[in-house]
Amino acid sequence: MYAANFLLLSAVLFSIGVFGVIARKNAVMVLMSIELILNSVNLNLIAFSLMNDDVDGNVFALFVIAVAAAEVGVGLAMVLMIYRNRRSIALDELSEMKG
Amino acid sequence: MLLAAEETSHAVGEASGWFIEHAWLIPVIPAIAFFLIIFFGKKMPRGGSEFGIASMLAAFAIAAGTAWDWIASISDHKKVAGNYEVEALIKQWTWWQSGGTEFGIGQHIDGLAVMALILVAFISTLVQIYSTEYVRGDRRYTHFFASLTLFSAGMLTMVLAPNMVQLILGWEIMGLCSFMLIGHWWEELPNAKAALKAFFTVRVGDMGLLVGTAMLLGIFGTLDIKGINELAAAGEFESKNMLMWAAVALFIACIGKSGQFPLHTWLPDAMAGPTPVSSLLHSSTMVVAGVFLVARIYPVFHVGLEINIADQSFNLVAVIGGITVLIAALLAFVQNDIKKVLAYSTVSQLGYMMMGLGVGAWTASVFHIFTHAFFKCALFLAAGSISHTASHHSFDMKKDMGGIWRKMPVTFGVWMISTAALCGVPFFSGFFSKDEIIDSAKHYDYTVFYIVGIVGAFMTTAYMTRATYLTFFGTPRGGAAHFMGVEDHSAHDAHEVHGHSAHPEESEHADGHLPDDDHGHGAHGHDDHHAPAHHSRPLPFAPTDSPWQIAAPLLILGILAIGSGYLNAPALGIYWFEHHTESSIGLPIAHGEEGEEHGEEAAAAEGEEGGEEAAAAEGEEGAAHGDDAAIYSVPPPPKFKWVNAAPGLGLVALGFVVSLGMSMAVFERKKNPFTPLVGLTQRSKIARGGHTVLVNKYGLDSLYENIIVRAVAYPISKAAYWVNQNIIDAIVNGAGKSGKRAGDMVYRYIDQGLVDRAVNASGTAASESGHAAQSVQSGKVNQYGALLFGAAAVGAIVLILTNA
Repeated sequence: MYAANFLLLSAVLFSIGVFGVIARKNAVMVLMSIELILNSVNLNLIAFSLMNDDVDGNVFALFVIAVAAAEVGVGLAMVLMIYRNRRSIALDELSEMKG
Repeated sequence: MLLAAEETSHAVGEASGWFIEHAWLIPVIPAIAFFLIIFFGKKMPRGGSEFGIASMLAAFAIAAGTAWDWIASISDHKKVAGNYEVEALIKQWTWWQSGGTEFGIGQHIDGLAVMALILVAFISTLVQIYSTEYVRGDRRYTHFFASLTLFSAGMLTMVLAPNMVQLILGWEIMGLCSFMLIGHWWEELPNAKAALKAFFTVRVGDMGLLVGTAMLLGIFGTLDIKGINELAAAGEFESKNMLMWAAVALFIACIGKSGQFPLHTWLPDAMAGPTPVSSLLHSSTMVVAGVFLVARIYPVFHVGLEINIADQSFNLVAVIGGITVLIAALLAFVQNDIKKVLAYSTVSQLGYMMMGLGVGAWTASVFHIFTHAFFKCALFLAAGSISHTASHHSFDMKKDMGGIWRKMPVTFGVWMISTAALCGVPFFSGFFSKDEIIDSAKHYDYTVFYIVGIVGAFMTTAYMTRATYLTFFGTPRGGAAHFMGVEDHSAHDAHEVHGHSAHPEESEHADGHLPDDDHGHGAHGHDDHHAPAHHSRPLPFAPTDSPWQIAAPLLILGILAIGSGYLNAPALGIYWFEHHTESSIGLPIAHGEEGEEHGEEAAAAEGEEGGEEAAAAEGEEGAAHGDDAAIYSVPPPPKFKWVNAAPGLGLVALGFVVSLGMSMAVFERKKNPFTPLVGLTQRSKIARGGHTVLVNKYGLDSLYENIIVRAVAYPISKAAYWVNQNIIDAIVNGAGKSGKRAGDMVYRYIDQGLVDRAVNASGTAASESGHAAQSVQSGKVNQYGALLFGAAAVGAIVLILTNA
């Protein structure tokens, strides 16, 4: 009951994130959506950590945060370069990799 | 491994002494010096010549010590046993092994080897000293000395050889070095050609050496010279025929190396080398190697060719030698190049040596090697001295010499002494050796060769008188006129005279120095004496004899040209040389009834019968014969009588008179009884024909180059071409065609049918599936994300369902 609240919130956040990743065209928004997904996962990890009275989940959440920070750093840098080259960060225009 | 000589009989002494024990050092020192010169010569202050001269001096010192030891051994033995049979000191180390046969390298010291060692080392030393002046400033000075030193090392190696393998080694080193030295100034085409000619002509003979050596190994089962000599002398061989062919094969090698007819043609061309080289090659080394080989394994020739058996009047060695004496002497008459006269003279004298060996006069022939080396070396060096100092590096007697005897007393004196020795004037060295050969030919009933000998002596005197007259007397011409500082009055005459000369331009540059030669008056260039302006110009230097480096060797050789003869002067009852070398013959000397011709004949005949018996009985009786009488033997030297020498001496005197008269009549237009003969070659067809034949050197050169080389090379190349086109090409083409056909089959059925179809099918499949999946790769990140999450969702559902 107690954990279900965490999990519900987590599921909502995850869904919003997935929607953002799929639906948005702005690359910064997609990155932010990815952050939402990651944070929902963190919430899950901490919830289960509390439930099981185990500290591993907390540690893993910290790890995910660190990775997420790095990921955002790289992602924003890429976005910046794309913007400099194309004066646009609309993802649907970046289809040169089309097969 | 050390194989010391064993004493075979109580009457045979043994040579001993430090120098004899270490005689193997003699060729080793120059060989080391060769490498020192090659590696460090250019850095040395004197261009490496100091290594060469030092090594030759050291070799000469050891050779002299060896000779001293040898003489001491002989005289010790003489006191004890009363004869001169001292065993050779043989040392051998294993060089390499092949199938149980050991090939050794080492030394074989006996009288013959000692004589040759001291000769080669001595003359090499003098020639190297002479060369320091003669080739000074040459661009390949260092290489010249390197080759010269290695050349001497090669000859010394050969002379020392205890077996045929080492002999071949030295022989071939000499062949290589003669090529390098004759072609020393290879920038000019004739010189390079002469070097090649010398090399290849000798190579033709060398085939005989290899074949003959292999046959000796087959016949006797050993390559040791001592073993070969002993077995041949004892008649211990299966077939005399076989031995005869081995001797013939080996003699072909000697023909090539020693310039015997018909392979003598390389020798005059070898004059293209620098004069010290000519001198060294044609006096003591290269060309006497062939004669030395015959002398070294004399029993093989003596037994194989049945020399000295009763009623034999011809044998191969004597015939070739005799022909060589005459044809070479004839050729010397039509040469304008002073060195070519000397070259043909060398060929002729080598003919004498061979002829001497052919009639059984071993000692006289070997002694002729000895004396000839000194006076011929002196003659060549004198010719070089004239060319170097007086005639602007020209060797043309008709154009650039004449009248120089006043200004070059040393050169002239040495030349006259050596010429007298060469002609066989009594009490000069050549007389004692050459007359001994001629006398022996008569004495051993080889009458034909006796006549050849005295006619040869006549011709020798005549052509040497002609050469001497042209070189030293008469009016100075060309370069000599310039040297003497007088007008060249004979410019027109000279042109007229050499109008019918053989190859005016061939000899002109034959010995030309290179342009960068910084020799004193070389600055004029060697052909500017054609310009008349120079003839009246005052000389930049006083006319004088050559510098001491040239004069000193000349003087020493001049003294020896007289003195060396007195080591063995039968006319004076001196047999010193003979006693010190006779143990090298390898055959016993049939002493006994000395001086009685019939007695010797009987001895020879008896010996021959014994030989046949022994051969038939396969050595059974050989042992029995061994003690009392040897099977084969050489006759003793004839008792010298002035009566016997008189015809030869008369002809020598006649040759001198006739040639002097002819020379004066032809070259100076002086009236004398020979004047009517002047211009005979223009007037008489026969004389003109003879002259043409001589000028063309009997056509042998063109025979070799245009007929034999063509006949051999062209059909072979044609046949090879035909084989190439019709057989090899057919095979190749056939292989190619069948290969192509098989390839076609494979291509059509296997490649196209199976492999390609499989490859294509897989390719098509990949392509189709790719096209099918292509739409997924939209390039849009959002779609990829959707797919990712969709797949994750599907995965999650599957996970839940399976875990449920």
